[in-house]
Amino acid sequence: MRFFGEPIEFDKQAGIGSPVWRGRAQSSEAMQAFAVAVHRNHGRLAALWGEDRRGGGDGFRLHVAFGLDMGHAWLGLDLPAERPVYPDLAGIFSAANRMQRATRDLVGISNEGGDQRPWLRHGAWPADWFPLRHDAGEGGGFVNAPTDYDFVRVGGEGAHEIPVGPIHAGIIEPGHFRFSVIGERLLRLEQRLGYQHKGVEKLFIGRNLAEGARLAGRISGDSTCAYAWAYASAIEAACAVSPPPRALLLRALMLERERVANHLGDLGALGNDAALAFGFSQFMRLKEDWLRLNAQLFGHRFMMDRIVPGGVALDLEAPALASIVEQCDGVGRAVKELKKIYDEHAGLQDRFVTTGAIDAQLARDLSLSGMAARATGLILDARAHRTGYTPPPPWAMLGVRPVTDERGDVAARAALRFGEIFESLRLLREIAVGLPDSGLCAEVPPAAGGQGLGVVEGWRGEVLVGVQLDDAGRLARVHPHDPSWQAWPALEHAVMKDIVPDFPLINKSFNLSYSGADL
Amino acid sequence: MIPMLRRILRTGIVSEPPPAAGAEGEMARLGEDIRRILGRALAIREVDAGSCNGCELEIHALNNPYYNIEGYGIKFVASPRHADMLLVTGPVTKNMEHALKVAWDCTPAPKLVVAVGDCGCGCGEIGGTFGTSYASCGAVENVIPVDVRVPGCPPTPTALLAGILAAVRRQK
Repeated sequence: MRFFGEPIEFDKQAGIGSPVWRGRAQSSEAMQAFAVAVHRNHGRLAALWGEDRRGGGDGFRLHVAFGLDMGHAWLGLDLPAERPVYPDLAGIFSAANRMQRATRDLVGISNEGGDQRPWLRHGAWPADWFPLRHDAGEGGGFVNAPTDYDFVRVGGEGAHEIPVGPIHAGIIEPGHFRFSVIGERLLRLEQRLGYQHKGVEKLFIGRNLAEGARLAGRISGDSTCAYAWAYASAIEAACAVSPPPRALLLRALMLERERVANHLGDLGALGNDAALAFGFSQFMRLKEDWLRLNAQLFGHRFMMDRIVPGGVALDLEAPALASIVEQCDGVGRAVKELKKIYDEHAGLQDRFVTTGAIDAQLARDLSLSGMAARATGLILDARAHRTGYTPPPPWAMLGVRPVTDERGDVAARAALRFGEIFESLRLLREIAVGLPDSGLCAEVPPAAGGQGLGVVEGWRGEVLVGVQLDDAGRLARVHPHDPSWQAWPALEHAVMKDIVPDFPLINKSFNLSYSGADL
Repeated sequence: MIPMLRRILRTGIVSEPPPAAGAEGEMARLGEDIRRILGRALAIREVDAGSCNGCELEIHALNNPYYNIEGYGIKFVASPRHADMLLVTGPVTKNMEHALKVAWDCTPAPKLVVAVGDCGCGCGEIGGTFGTSYASCGAVENVIPVDVRVPGCPPTPTALLAGILAAVRRQK
């Protein structure tokens, strides 16, 4: 099929995962024209990555995944081995900027024109060596010489810079923030990330499917279920396997438990950042209870390695399901009471309301997904129906009601978390009482040369994993994509009308992953 | 205010007795030991040198009312210059190698270092696999000297508490 009348043929990906159409652009111009058409039709740039196919006698391939109303269009563009360049897409989708730079750093295929600063390469390896090329070798023994970064300078009388990081004041991941300020007013924030880059994508190469699953579960610890599911879904599409119904519902149950755990923690931390220690104690206590039940039922507080290609690696018996329902009731009651306290707390609302605001137009321009997008009023949730989109099983039958808020500020992102907790608790109860009897895990015979894209609505937003298998059915290329790629630039915009002391609160309200995007 | 007080009263004190690591009641004397050995509260600077943030979730949990780490006179501080101990998660990325060394240089004596997680300790299946590469120095001990290792993926808050205690005791 074709989209927007553009002359590129797309075929639907196999399997029962999220709706994905695969197509191949015949030329750079065709890809560029398609990107323009997607943008004109309010689509998003979902992910962009590169692949070295020279081992099989081809050149390089640029992969671009677009988010459309009905699902994802996954476009490939083959580039010649001798000159792997493609037109800059950042002029169409600004979100392309960092992804293109990371692709150049890792694979050595680059955008023509546009921002040419390195992104993930901080000087730990030479500029003419590319870790994801098939002939790169292990690449040890380079001199680690941290390079300076060309930050955009803000001039004018009284303007000065506050550099923060990579080690931050709290217990959080490393990254560098360069604030340009006049007095306490923030004029500009520029992020430099990549400090968490540990070479995850190279580690995937050559692994078998089960080893890949363990690694996928450790891309961003707070989203281990989302990544494990997205990876499994990509593998299932590549190998044309459908997980059994009970496994799909158990996956949904784990994903919703992950969502609730993170939202509880964030609501506590948001209270804490606005000096309401009461909120921190209360929510962290609820989160701890939640994690302890995870440990009891799943054998792991964050449920790592329980979602595997083909299905799930555990089952829940009736008493376990009953304890989940019981806990949902208790947590629901407590959160309702705490929501009232948060809503009525003048000091807290004073800090939350109008702080760190972005609007729906900006969210669209930045290709934002997930919670931060919904907090501007966009109905964008891979689990929920929307015009033209039917969610994959098991979501379609659960009837997920997406939560939205139009204010786009810290208050909206807090309110969204409350709303999503209640909705997740409802889903958890529904899943717990309606689990069908079926197998737990389908066998996954590795399909030589198979490829697939998995999409999962994690607690933060859309998690994508693209996989390519080699001729022996092992992993040739895996690209995980975190929603933080698109949301980090949104944070740069969100702080611009506020003051320096509001930054920690605004940052927390997004709570983005460094590891997920640095890989 | 009244709903808040009501909620606090109804919740009560949920802090648990500390985990019984090693001999019976050993952890119970932790606060006392810290003060005797260090002469003050224990100040910890947490450094994430490349983790997936799983370890950070559990380090955060130490501050919840169940583990109530501040109750033992242990607090997390914002600068290594204020710290007695670095609690480091890994694997140490090449991009964080320099920053970690600077943090270590800035930490005054006794400069205890606790490596956290399979990746930080260079053990376990995943720790081994992240290992050393073009982008990763691997275990924390490959970059700075380590006193105590707390493996796990991620280690539980109880294991973290026990590891912190072990590091303090080594100072005796």
